[in-house]
Amino acid sequence: MRHTISILVENKFGVLTRIAGLFSAKGYNIESISVGPTEDPTISRMTIVTNGDDDQIEQIIKQLNKLIDILKVVDLTNEPFVERELALIKVKVNHYTRSDVIEISDIFRAKVVDIGPTTLTIEVTGRSDKITAMINMLAPYGIVELARTGVVALKREFKGEVYDSKEIKIIKRKSKQTQKDTQQKG
Amino acid sequence: MEKSKHNPNKDFYGKNLSGIEILVRSLIEENVEVVFGCPGNAVLGIFDALMDIAGDIIKIIFTRHEAGAILSASGYARASGKPGVVIVSSGPSASNLVTGIADANMDSIPLVIFTAQVPTKLIGNETFQEVDIVGITRPITKHNFLVIKINELAETIKSAFYIATTGRPGPVLVDLPRDVMSEKFTFVYPDTVNLRGYNPVYSAHTGQIRRAAEIINNSSKPVIIAGGGVISSNASGELRELARKINSPVTTTLMGQGVYPEDDPLSLGMLGMHGTWYANMAVNESDCIIAIGSRFDERTTGDVSKFAVNAKKIHIDIDPASISKNVKVDVPIVGDVKDALKKLIPLVKNLNTEEWLHQIKKWKQEHPLKYEQGKEIRVQYVIEKLRELTGGNAVLVTDVGQFQMWTAQFFKFLYPRTHITSGGLGTLGFSLPASIGVAKAIKDRPVISLNGNRGIQMNIHELATISAYNLPIKILIFNDEHIDITRQWQELHWKKSFDQILIDKARPNFAKIAEAYGIQFFQVELSYDVEPVLKKALALKDKPVMIEFKTIYEENVYPYIPPGGSVNDIIEH
Repeated sequence: MRHTISILVENKFGVLTRIAGLFSAKGYNIESISVGPTEDPTISRMTIVTNGDDDQIEQIIKQLNKLIDILKVVDLTNEPFVERELALIKVKVNHYTRSDVIEISDIFRAKVVDIGPTTLTIEVTGRSDKITAMINMLAPYGIVELARTGVVALKREFKGEVYDSKEIKIIKRKSKQTQKDTQQKG
Repeated sequence: MEKSKHNPNKDFYGKNLSGIEILVRSLIEENVEVVFGCPGNAVLGIFDALMDIAGDIIKIIFTRHEAGAILSASGYARASGKPGVVIVSSGPSASNLVTGIADANMDSIPLVIFTAQVPTKLIGNETFQEVDIVGITRPITKHNFLVIKINELAETIKSAFYIATTGRPGPVLVDLPRDVMSEKFTFVYPDTVNLRGYNPVYSAHTGQIRRAAEIINNSSKPVIIAGGGVISSNASGELRELARKINSPVTTTLMGQGVYPEDDPLSLGMLGMHGTWYANMAVNESDCIIAIGSRFDERTTGDVSKFAVNAKKIHIDIDPASISKNVKVDVPIVGDVKDALKKLIPLVKNLNTEEWLHQIKKWKQEHPLKYEQGKEIRVQYVIEKLRELTGGNAVLVTDVGQFQMWTAQFFKFLYPRTHITSGGLGTLGFSLPASIGVAKAIKDRPVISLNGNRGIQMNIHELATISAYNLPIKILIFNDEHIDITRQWQELHWKKSFDQILIDKARPNFAKIAEAYGIQFFQVELSYDVEPVLKKALALKDKPVMIEFKTIYEENVYPYIPPGGSVNDIIEH
């Protein structure tokens, strides 16, 4: 099962290696990893997406908690959270296909950020599955280069159902019990 | 810093000192009494300052190999409970520490290791005697540091000691670049360190303790499994109190030996792969397992799916990651063992376990540990004689091999920190250097190093250290002229193809080796010479002695639960 884990860490050299090392030592592949400073410049937030069953993920989280440079670990997977990723996609175009590609880009509410004689570079943000869907739509035209940032995520505070950042549909339903919350540091 | 009569740092707080001097004075602040090290170009300045400033407070033991230094520090920490301190040079000196660090990490031993490093500007340049020791030891240290600014030095050292000795103890490495060490800065040793990401839970949750007490009070066949955590927590007294209050039999892991006197009727001896038949059977038939300070290693449990299936399980451990890692438990209790036991004892009742204890007594009579006696020497016989002659008042430092298991089975340990051994990593070559550290910690009882012919050759250079410092260690070598436990596995699992690998073809003349290092030597070939030679050796209290026992070579360690097996697969003989 795909798990999205959000980690607050000391903003020091070596922390990234330590965490990556923990995953690789157990043979877990990191599907995506992103890290950047938070509102506190001495603290960075790292968001990791990995695959594993619940027991394995629980053990990873416990091991992460043991690391001295890690301040807090949250498994966002089992509760509502906002997930976003950014991708830059350089697509091969000719004068027949250029407008098609721009149309696809509009449909995904993406932007063209660079143009060349035979290529277009498109910037798109959204959930990982939206990015993947767009990449799949553009693939037949020929993708020259692709750069994805990896997922960033934060817990949701809104108690309702959300389909898209621009459309919010509130459905009356019984509030769900959320599962295991923040891990206590030990 | 304790308020001693004379604080040598008294006049130096707030003064501008070099990094080297800050390091030395920090060690004084941490009440370090002995440092284990190896001379080297990059680190001579540190040793010089140590002898100059702290010569009458801190003793330095120079070993012949860095592996000797770290394993000595490990022996010291295991025997004394204090952190072992190591100082070595850069490059190959640092990388020589790797096995010893991994060993301490597995067995949760507090060590603070200082390695010299090339100047900061040269790091990563493939400089002479440079190695990325922080990168190499990242997975095997509890934490490590590279000090790149002089103003961080004192706080880093304090953090290192704090991390190494608190929570689940472990080795911490501090890498010290040469240019940082020669810079100067104001010497301020912090009272506390604030590590946001490190808050070990000491206080056990009272609700969980109550749940545990309830389960215990409703059981009729309890078993206590005590591990190394009881020793780290210095909770042997509380453990004995609990066992006697609830009339529960006690078994220990290899790392927990001695927390409960093994000559007491409630003691089951060691459990696990080479544990006693009755310890493993009791665990299997129990209705309530109280696991204290054990991490349920697979050598202890065998096949986890068949381990103690009939019992409710209570697990007390300071490391939350150890709980429900291998064995799912009913009542997990995260906290310091001593604290948890102190809270638990008033809540438990005097249980009536008469029937259970009677059953266990029968099992002990029907399935005792036994071995054949004869003219040839058997290790078990030597261990039993050693026990007789010392009355259990000795510290045994065992290397890795069959004799290690026989020591665990036959010595009947009475006190914690008297079986010093490499449990989790099984490091051959552990005993000789570790006994150096033990001898620095233990002055009132004989220190006995037990080795096989293969293991002792791995760090044999430390005979020079033992001789140079005249450490009164009794060095026993069990020489069966083979490389033992591997042979046992081959014989039991594969065809008898052991002749190719397992005969010790070099077969060194240990008498000449002892002579080369200036150590008194005895050789014993027949079993009736064992006792008189041991007696003679134990009487020589002021010098090291080596005894080579020519032991029989067709022996296997029983009982034996094959890997992945359970108590149903136990092979008794």
